[in-house]
Amino acid sequence: MLEVRVKSRLGAFMLDVAFDGPAGVTALFGRSGAGKTTVVNAVAGLLKPDAGRVVVGGRVLCDHEKGIWLPPHQRRVGYVFQEGRLFPHLDVRRNLVFGRKVQGLAADSVAFSNVVDLLGIGPLLDRRPAALSGGEKQRVAIGRALLSSPELLLLDEPLSALDEARKAEILPFLERLRDEAALPILYVSHSVAEVARLATKVVMLDQGRVAAQGGVASVFSDTGAVTAMGIREAGSVLSARVVAHHDDGLTELQGCGGSLFLPAVRAGVGTELRVRILAHDVLLARSRPVDTSALNHLAGEISEIREGDGPGVLVRIKCADAMLLARITRRSARAMGLAVGQPIHAVIKSVAVSQSDVGA
Amino acid sequence: MSWLGPEGWAALVLSLKVSFWATLVSLPFAVAVAWVLARKRFPGHGVLNGLVHLPLILPPVVTGYLLLLGLGPQAPLGAFLQDTFGITFAFRWTGAALAAAIMAFPLTVRAIRIAVEAVDPKLEQAAATLGASRLQVFLTVTLPLIAPGILAGTVLAFAKAMGEFGATITFVSNIPGETQTVPSAIYAFLQVPGGENDAMKLVLVSVCVAMGALALSEVVSRRIARRIGGQDA
Repeated sequence: MLEVRVKSRLGAFMLDVAFDGPAGVTALFGRSGAGKTTVVNAVAGLLKPDAGRVVVGGRVLCDHEKGIWLPPHQRRVGYVFQEGRLFPHLDVRRNLVFGRKVQGLAADSVAFSNVVDLLGIGPLLDRRPAALSGGEKQRVAIGRALLSSPELLLLDEPLSALDEARKAEILPFLERLRDEAALPILYVSHSVAEVARLATKVVMLDQGRVAAQGGVASVFSDTGAVTAMGIREAGSVLSARVVAHHDDGLTELQGCGGSLFLPAVRAGVGTELRVRILAHDVLLARSRPVDTSALNHLAGEISEIREGDGPGVLVRIKCADAMLLARITRRSARAMGLAVGQPIHAVIKSVAVSQSDVGA
Repeated sequence: MSWLGPEGWAALVLSLKVSFWATLVSLPFAVAVAWVLARKRFPGHGVLNGLVHLPLILPPVVTGYLLLLGLGPQAPLGAFLQDTFGITFAFRWTGAALAAAIMAFPLTVRAIRIAVEAVDPKLEQAAATLGASRLQVFLTVTLPLIAPGILAGTVLAFAKAMGEFGATITFVSNIPGETQTVPSAIYAFLQVPGGENDAMKLVLVSVCVAMGALALSEVVSRRIARRIGGQDA
C-alpha cells in the first residue's frame, strides 16, 4: 500500500528512513526530534528530501532517481496537522468541502454526511474555527482531510495538543476510521498508548533511523527498542478476547494462555482487544503466588534478560503465543537467580491497567 | 455646486477621478509586489524593495521631473506609448493619476506586505495538501486573509493621491480642468490676491473627503474582521 524511503540532511541531523506500510495504520513512532515530522512532510511534498522515493497504492509521488516530484496539491494525501490549521475565514462546512471545491470535484453529499456522522461534527457546521474547542477543531481537521478524497491519510500527532479527556473523545473515531475507511493511514506519534491502540504496523524511529519495525506486539516487546520509547513507557501489547463481564465491575479476558481480569471494559463478549501492560506494572515470582491481592497470574518462560546502565533490568517473558515485558531491579533479578529459559510467573494488578491502555 | 465655484468644483471632480484611477490601477501591482517582497527571497530582492520605496524618500519634485524625463513627449518611452497605444501622460489627467499612483505605491505595498507576513504559511501549506494549486491557495486563503491589509492600503493610497502635489505639478503642470487637482488649485488660489476664500473652501472639502474615506474604511474593516472571525485557529 505504502512505500517510503527518505534521506535528508538538516544541519548535523541525518535522516535515513525506509519502510513500507500495509492497509490500516502505520504508526511512525519515536521521541521528539527523531525525524517523524520530516518524514511525513516529505511524503506530503512540503519538504524536498535529498533523496527518496514515495509510492502510495502503486502511484509514484516522488522518485529522486527518476526525477519525479509531484507538488503537494497533486499528491492526494490528506494531512491532519498537529495544530489543526483550519481556515479561520471559513466556517466548518466550507472548511470541510474546501478540498473537493479546489479540485473541481462535484459535492458528494453521501460522503459528506458519512464523515460528519463518523466524527460527530454535525452541530458545528455553521461555526467558525475560532468558536471551536481543541478537540472539535481536530475532528474538523480530520474530516477536512478525509473529504479531500485522499489516497493516503497523514496524521501528525493529531492528539498531542489535547488533554486526556479530548484524546479519549477522538481515539474511538480514529479506530473506526482505521477499520471502516479503505485507505492507508500514516500516523505520527510519540505516545506509546496511542500507537499501541491504533497501529497495524509500528515503525520506530530513533535519531533519524528506523530502530525497529513490525507488528505492535513484536515491536513493543523488543527490549532493544525500549530506549527509543523511553523506559517509563516500556510495555508490551497483548491481544485478548473478552469472555465475561462480572458483576463486581471486572471484565474477564482470555489471552496469554490464561485469564486476565481488568477493570470494566466497554466491549461486547467475544471482542478482540489490545491491552497494553507497562513493564513496571509487572511483578515476577518463581512460584505461583498465593495469598496476594493481584488477580492476574500468567505462567511463562523467560526468553531474554537485558541489563541497562541503571538499576533496572528488562525481562521478556513468553506466555503462550504472547510476549510480556517486566521491568524489575537488578538486585531482585540476582536474588531470584533469574536466567533465560526458566519458568516464571508474571503477576499483574488489575487496577494497574487503565481504560486508555485498552483498545479495539 | 456654485458654493465652490466652477474652478474649485472642477478641481474636486478631477482629484476624485485621478485618485480613483490611481488607486484602482495600482492595487493589483501593489498586491503582487507586496506578496513577492513578503514571501520570496531572490537576488534583487533588496533592489526591488528600494525601488518601491524610492518615491517615499525622494523629493516629490524629483520624482515628477524623472517622470517628465522618462514619459514626456520628447522621451523615447513617452513617444513610443503615444505612437503605439495613443497613451499620453505629460500634461494630461492620466499623468496626474500616474504620478499619484507612483507616490502612493510604497504606502500601499507596506500596508499589504505587513498583512501578507501575518498570514501563517502553514495555512497555505494545508490548502496545498487539500489539492489547491498555488494560484488557488492565493485566491482562496491568502487573499481573504489579507483583505484588511488591502483595504488599509487602499485608503492610504486614495488619501495620498488626493493630497499629491509636488510630483503632479512638476510632471503635468497646473492646467485648470485638465491637471489642476485640489492641492494645485489651493496653491493657485493662494497665488492671487483675494483667493484665500476659495482656497479655504477647498481645504474644508479636502478635510471632509479624508474623514469620509477613513470612516468608510473603518466600517468595512470591521465587517471583514467579523467575517474572518479571529485568526487563532
